Amino acid sequence: MLTCRDITRLQSERNERELTARERMELRMHTLVCRGCRRYGKQIAFIRRAARAVREGDTE
Amino acid sequence: MSAAIDWDSPDLVALRAAMLRFARISLRDAAAAEDMVQEALLAAMQAAAGFDGRSTLKTWMFSILRHKIVDHIRKSSREVSRCDLVADADADEDDAHLDAIFGKKTPWSNAHWTDEDRPAEWPEPESALEQKQFWDVFDACVHRLPENLSRVFLMRELLDLDTPEICTELGISTNNCWVILHRARTRLRGCLEHNWFDEDAPQC
Repeated sequence: MLTCRDITRLQSERNERELTARERMELRMHTLVCRGCRRYGKQIAFIRRAARAVREGDTE
Repeated sequence: MSAAIDWDSPDLVALRAAMLRFARISLRDAAAAEDMVQEALLAAMQAAAGFDGRSTLKTWMFSILRHKIVDHIRKSSREVSRCDLVADADADEDDAHLDAIFGKKTPWSNAHWTDEDRPAEWPEPESALEQKQFWDVFDACVHRLPENLSRVFLMRELLDLDTPEICTELGISTNNCWVILHRARTRLRGCLEHNWFDEDAPQC
């Protein structure tokens, strides 16, 4: 049973490597019931978009 | 078509400001940031005749700037002791910040969010991207990351290098890179929530 700490790590690593089928399933099941991790996933994706905006000059 | 670029136009002033922001966030060195923007602008000026539209120019200028920043970081990371970077990032287990928000992982505790640190809903995050003050907060939060986290985070997210490249460059293991990115993202998320999204966030 993965903890929120493990789940946020998977959410972060999703950007770095392909998760295994098992990891993807754990992630799906967990975020179905955990509001905190659901938000964490959305928010770190937002941070990526923000960083991209900086890199591409969409900040002014 | 030559001399198609008006260097005093409001568009270019804004472009320069955006370049400066990118350089300042990516480097912890304001003087180096200025220099790089200047060099990128000069390079663009020399080839200005080749551009037919503003969007092409912008993309091109940011790509020159990005390369300059990457080179600069490569040079400076060779001067940093690798031990400093790797120190304390070997395992996911002992990070004081993660321990504080999830509680320590032990056989009898399951390390879930503490009530205080559970992420709140961020109202309309996309609209933040259009606000100047948001970028100041973003900048401050990135710079508040500990040095060993911010270096990897900046290379990954701001400069868009991939993890294998970063690991090779810094001489750290892939797993180490992932651990560092998880820590950096978690801290940055908390900092943005605290300093930008918190005020209007609904209580939960």
